Amino acid sequence: MNLARYRFVLSRPPQLLPVLFGISLITFVLVRSIPGDPARALLGSRSTPDALLKIRAQYGLDQPLWLQYFYFLKNLLKGDLGQSLLYKVDALKLIVTRIEPTLVLVLGSVLLALLIALPLATLAARNQGRWADNLIRVFTTVGLGMPAFWLGLMLILLLSVQWGLFPVSGYGRTWLDKAHHMVLPCLTIALALSAVLVRNLRASMLMELQADHVTAARARGLSEAAVFRRHVLPNSLVPAVNLLAVNIGWLISGTVVIESLFAIPGIGQLLVRGIFTRDYMVVQGVAMVLACATVVVNFLADVATVALDPRVNMR
Amino acid sequence: MSSRPLIAPWRLRLRFGFRNGRLTAAWGLSILLAWFGLALFAPWIAPYDPIAQNTDISLLGPHLAHPFGTDNYGRDILSRVIWGARIDLQLAIIGVIFPFMIGTFIGAVSGYIGGRFDSLCMRVIDVVLAFPFLVLMLAIMAILGPGLKSFYIAMALVGWVSYARLIRSQILVLKESDFALAAKSLGFGHGRILFRHLLPNALFGSIVFSMSDAVLVLLNGAAVSYLGLGVQPPTAEWGTMVAEGQAFITTAWWICTFPGLAIVTLAMGFSLLADGVAQVLGERS
Amino acid sequence: MSLLQVRDLSVIANNAGRDVTLVDRVSFDLAEGEILGLVGESGSGKTMACRGLMRLLPSPGLRVQGAAVRLAGQDLLQLDEAGMRAVRGGQLGMIFQNPSSHLDPLMRIGEQIAEGIRLHQGASKKDARLAAIDVLRQVGIPDPQARVDNYPHEFSGGMRQRAMIAVALGCKPKVLIADEPTTALDVTVQAQILRLLLALRDRHGLSIIMITHDLGVVAQTCDSIAVMYAGRLCEHGNKYDVLAHPQHPYTAGLIDCQPAHSSGHALLRTIAGQPPLLDALPAGCRFNPRCPQVGALCTERLPEGVRVACHYPLGARP
Repeated sequence: MNLARYRFVLSRPPQLLPVLFGISLITFVLVRSIPGDPARALLGSRSTPDALLKIRAQYGLDQPLWLQYFYFLKNLLKGDLGQSLLYKVDALKLIVTRIEPTLVLVLGSVLLALLIALPLATLAARNQGRWADNLIRVFTTVGLGMPAFWLGLMLILLLSVQWGLFPVSGYGRTWLDKAHHMVLPCLTIALALSAVLVRNLRASMLMELQADHVTAARARGLSEAAVFRRHVLPNSLVPAVNLLAVNIGWLISGTVVIESLFAIPGIGQLLVRGIFTRDYMVVQGVAMVLACATVVVNFLADVATVALDPRVNMR
Repeated sequence: MSSRPLIAPWRLRLRFGFRNGRLTAAWGLSILLAWFGLALFAPWIAPYDPIAQNTDISLLGPHLAHPFGTDNYGRDILSRVIWGARIDLQLAIIGVIFPFMIGTFIGAVSGYIGGRFDSLCMRVIDVVLAFPFLVLMLAIMAILGPGLKSFYIAMALVGWVSYARLIRSQILVLKESDFALAAKSLGFGHGRILFRHLLPNALFGSIVFSMSDAVLVLLNGAAVSYLGLGVQPPTAEWGTMVAEGQAFITTAWWICTFPGLAIVTLAMGFSLLADGVAQVLGERS
Repeated sequence: MSLLQVRDLSVIANNAGRDVTLVDRVSFDLAEGEILGLVGESGSGKTMACRGLMRLLPSPGLRVQGAAVRLAGQDLLQLDEAGMRAVRGGQLGMIFQNPSSHLDPLMRIGEQIAEGIRLHQGASKKDARLAAIDVLRQVGIPDPQARVDNYPHEFSGGMRQRAMIAVALGCKPKVLIADEPTTALDVTVQAQILRLLLALRDRHGLSIIMITHDLGVVAQTCDSIAVMYAGRLCEHGNKYDVLAHPQHPYTAGLIDCQPAHSSGHALLRTIAGQPPLLDALPAGCRFNPRCPQVGALCTERLPEGVRVACHYPLGARP
């Protein structure tokens, strides 16, 4: 294995620093844009004179803005994201305890989406122009225009209310129970994600089916199935990895809405509730965590691209 | 030895997809026009007042007098869907226009000027793109408060990025082109070159993109309203209607189903139009 | 009896309901160990004819017709797709102009060669890999043991063409169709590849159909030459016969166009005019608008003939 190609793995993280800084800056600006006295806003109903003094000192709220940013960074590096108004614990701790459902939701959706999209795209590409292909293309067009929250409700209507197969909401306790609760939420996001994936996978597969090296493979006498499996599919998957990474932001946005719909106790629901209860520390913390997660995922996708495509030689 | 490549006519017919981009675009446009018509003539088409409450007839299923049923306040769902078209159409269109204008301006200037300003803009774009779209919008709306106005402001602040990137890459290519050099040699000022010569050519991609962006904006707007941060009751908007109907899903499925269908069909209108236009432009190039 | 007998091979395109004939009743024989040069301008149908031979057409709107295409006694036109797949690679191989795009970039070279070996010779993975290394050695790639695990992009241009030949050779075909194998290579590498093809013919008795527009390549390597124009075969015969004493005015024109033949003239010679569009063919002989010796019959009937298809052939060999 040629490890030299992975040299960039060491060089990329420093390049990501400016983006991470930018994320912290934007978050900082957002929270400081709250109208009114920031100290009072952060403390809410607990604004005793003592608490106000303390928080002003901790965040340097009497200092010029740029100095406040340094206080913010300092606190950030200490792992201090502030305290949640609603839950009265450290925002960071709150996020960490609630991250599991969100992770399960994201990973489950991606896996399910791949399970749905790959066969559909294959079917569409291999039957281009015929009824299977046209049907699938109609599905993708409709799917792209379907609001995830509505799709989730329709699935609940059918599978929970009518047929009673799955629970309507919540998370569950044991692993099996959790899996049972997560089927509908993951399916909802997976269906929406599949619409995007199928479209692009199908296009890459169609391009690959016309590719010169595929003609050469056919000229060697390989069957269409073997040609597809060995030459078309691998070459179509590489752009798909990139596609998934590009759509991770959209995916996370979707999980926020779906968590609300299915009352899943993840960080998406934390964010929404935080907005309604003016729990700014939580909102700030969740926003930053999600942004950093997006950056990390994109980085991992770059690594995966190098792993999958021997031509790529990032330096 | 002279030879001319035989433009074998059969090659031109090897297209993937619906054979006629124009047909697709026509379908999309008709759907959009239908909704536009419904929205425009809502006061005359809608059978009932969308916010008139009448608890006597609450939670009735679809029947002749109320084809889409009534909600828990006794309001007619069909009328609310028709009036809701006004809000959702407005949402989709205005939510695209502001990012389009801001993004195009910033992207064009950045691409044309280049240098440090351009690098700075690219960095800003990278950072904004690092945030999941909805998350950033929700965070902004948390500060601005709920409502349509906040939604538009938040969209403008977050959505300009895609347009900026698109235009910038086009301008980067076009500014080295022959006709740009010709314009420069004729002594035209930078502003004139950028806005009168380069930009019109660069806009094609953005316009096609904006049509499919309208779908995303519509879905985002509906999602934000669904979460309770968008349009406030009692105004009829499809996203809020779905949220209102959720509580009654076991007993009155029609309350959240029909508004959702409206969203889907309007989104399809934009989608088909975008697809059709892209295909037609693709055929021409 | 010849190894390959092609009789009236046609390739027809269906364009918006109308039929356009891209290759019109081409017939020729190929003996074992013979190298046939298939010559013509771009669009003359030479590549399409060979794709038709392999029944490997790029679009479903194209179809192959013919009286017979007999390879080692078996009529390929009678085979169903499964039967044809056994022929492709194993009996009838093909190499292409651009090795970079015709090799799978994500698969190691050894694996691509072994694929064909496993398919056509039923070898195990291990045996196929050893055989692949041997094939790489045969095509002149140095250090085959190491290079068998390389990816295509790790080879230089000439090596990549050799690798592509190795991939085709692994299947042990009887006839190899070489579609402009040297056009994309620089001159020194061209000579090496041509020498390799000749060596393979000498060593294995491989028959080769060499598609090219370069008469120089034909002169160096081929035994016989077939000239195509606008989808039809206009002249076919022994290389020395045809090149020294061309009977078809088009062939004569092609030879004249060669820079070597223009020595003594200030300008390079050309053939005036353009090849016709295949859906707007002239009446009679397709070359008549450009032919310097066009006669009365030429605008009336299509000329037929085995050695030469012309109503007024230039003087035959004395």
